[in-house]
Parts: sequence; C-alpha cells; structure tokens
Amino acid sequence: MKLLPSPLVCRDAVELVSDYLDGTLPRRQRRRLEKHLAECDACTAYLDQMRATIAASGQVGPDDLPSDVVDGLVNLFRKYRNEN
Amino acid sequence: MSNHQATSTTAGLWSRGRRIVAPRFELTAPGTVLHVDDVELLERLLGGDESAFTELVRRYQPTLVKVARYYVASVASAEDVAQDTWIAVLKGIEKFEGRSSLKTWLLRICVNRARTSGVKEHRSIPVDPNESGPSVSAHRFDRGGLWSDPPVPFTDAVDTRLDNSALLNAVRAAIDELGDPQQAVVTLRDVEGLSTQEVATLLELSEANVRVILHRGRARVRAIVEEAMKGSKI
Repeated sequence: MKLLPSPLVCRDAVELVSDYLDGTLPRRQRRRLEKHLAECDACTAYLDQMRATIAASGQVGPDDLPSDVVDGLVNLFRKYRNEN
Repeated sequence: MSNHQATSTTAGLWSRGRRIVAPRFELTAPGTVLHVDDVELLERLLGGDESAFTELVRRYQPTLVKVARYYVASVASAEDVAQDTWIAVLKGIEKFEGRSSLKTWLLRICVNRARTSGVKEHRSIPVDPNESGPSVSAHRFDRGGLWSDPPVPFTDAVDTRLDNSALLNAVRAAIDELGDPQQAVVTLRDVEGLSTQEVATLLELSEANVRVILHRGRARVRAIVEEAMKGSKI
C-alpha cells in the first residue's frame, strides 16, 4: 500500500531550508516545505533568520588584517618588483 | 550574490618597456561592482602599483587563509600557503588571460598549493564533523518534532536594539568559528559569492556534498548569530 507523504514537522522542515533558499530542493519537497511554512510562524522565522544570515555573509567586508601581515606581503611585492 | 560572468578580450599595456597582454572584461551580468574593481586593481597591478597589491591582499588574504586551512594542518601553514599564492600571483600576473575572474584564478592557485602542502604534511582532508547532526539542537523541539523554543526573527532584534553592522559583525565572528570543511565552503559560497558548482569544482567535491556541507555550515552560523542576538538583549 502506498502512503501519501506525511506532513512535515518543524524538526524536519529546518533541514530543507538551505536547499530551498538556493532553489535546489526537488519540487515535491519544496511543496511540502511551502505548505508547512504557510502554517508555521516559527519555521517562517527560521527561514527569515537563515535568509538574513546568508545575505549578511555576502556583505561582510574582509577582516581587518593585522598590519604586520599586510606589511610582510607588501615587502614581498617590493622585493619582487626590485628583482624584476 | 550574483555569479560573476565576464567575457574577455585583450588589450596591450606597456610596463617598464615590456608589452603586457592584459585582460579586459565586458560585464555580462548586473551587480558585479566588485568584479569591476578587481579588473581595475589587476590593471593597476600590471602597472606595478603597490597600492593595488595592498588592496588585493586586504580583500582576499582572509579568504585564502580560510580556504587553505581546509587542506593543511594549521593556521600557520595556511598563512604560508597564502603567502606562496601571492608570490605565484606576482610571477604569473602577466600571463593571466582573464578566462576566469581574478578571484577564481587566485583561489585556484591557492587550492593547488594548499593541496600540495597538505600532502606533504600527510594531512587527510577533514570530513564534515556535523554531517549527521541536526541543524537545530534537538532540545528546541518537543517529542512530536514541533518547536518548543521557537526562533525569534533577527529583524526584531536588529530594528529595536542593533543596527545592521552588529548583524554583520555577528555573522563574521560566526564564520570565523566554523570548523572545516564548513568554513571554507561557507566562505566561498556565501561570502565570496561563488556558485555551488564553482565551489565543488574548486574543492573537488561533488555538488551534493557541497550542498550538505553548506547546509550544516549555514545552520551553525545561524545558531551562533541567534545566540549573539539573544546575548545582546537588555
């Protein structure tokens, strides 16, 4: 006997969020997740948190490099330029 | 995050009496300001501009170290790999044909060198330690799998108590806390904006593996940021 897919519970829904946001979730899974999200404010909040996290990751500038790291590499550049 | 796509033609530049073939890019995708900057930096570097080199170092050194760290045994070794990468860049910049973006070229040099160093160190490539663990701690759910301790939208915390820079700082700190291979994958995919396919090719992983590692890494970053936001509440 073939069973219909059971509705998602929150614990399983959160495992689908990353692929969902990347658009790589298979259609059937996507529909299950969207159906769950439509009824679940907490998982919608989780989705929003994940979306904000990914967006912020793309906006973080480079770390402030210690000046000795920058100076060391710039010295390499000067040495290379003088030798060539 | 857009994929940077560019077509290249060539144009000659003169530097210290030598003819150099430098790549020029015609942007084919919108939102590629960073890429344009890279092209400008490349042209300035070809002219021997030290400040262009410094800017590239500031922009990419942290990513190079994070990616190298995936292959080698320590941060110190990863920094050595990054330094070797910059030397290779200086030696090879005049031959760079612009078939890939400068960023991709840099990363490929870095990965090749890191892989060689890792082999010399007899380092085995780490597997994802959280591969089989849940994205969210089990104690946040009840027995039926429903939230018992539901998440609060970041936007509430951001709007009322924190500005966007606090969120960015929290995310940056969280990514710095990640272990391998999540740190390398999240950095390449979400910070540097490479596609899943590009990350998979660069790190010689399957796309399915990249997606799993990315999923775990993002979940970990979200969890750390969530804690930071809670901690910031008055």
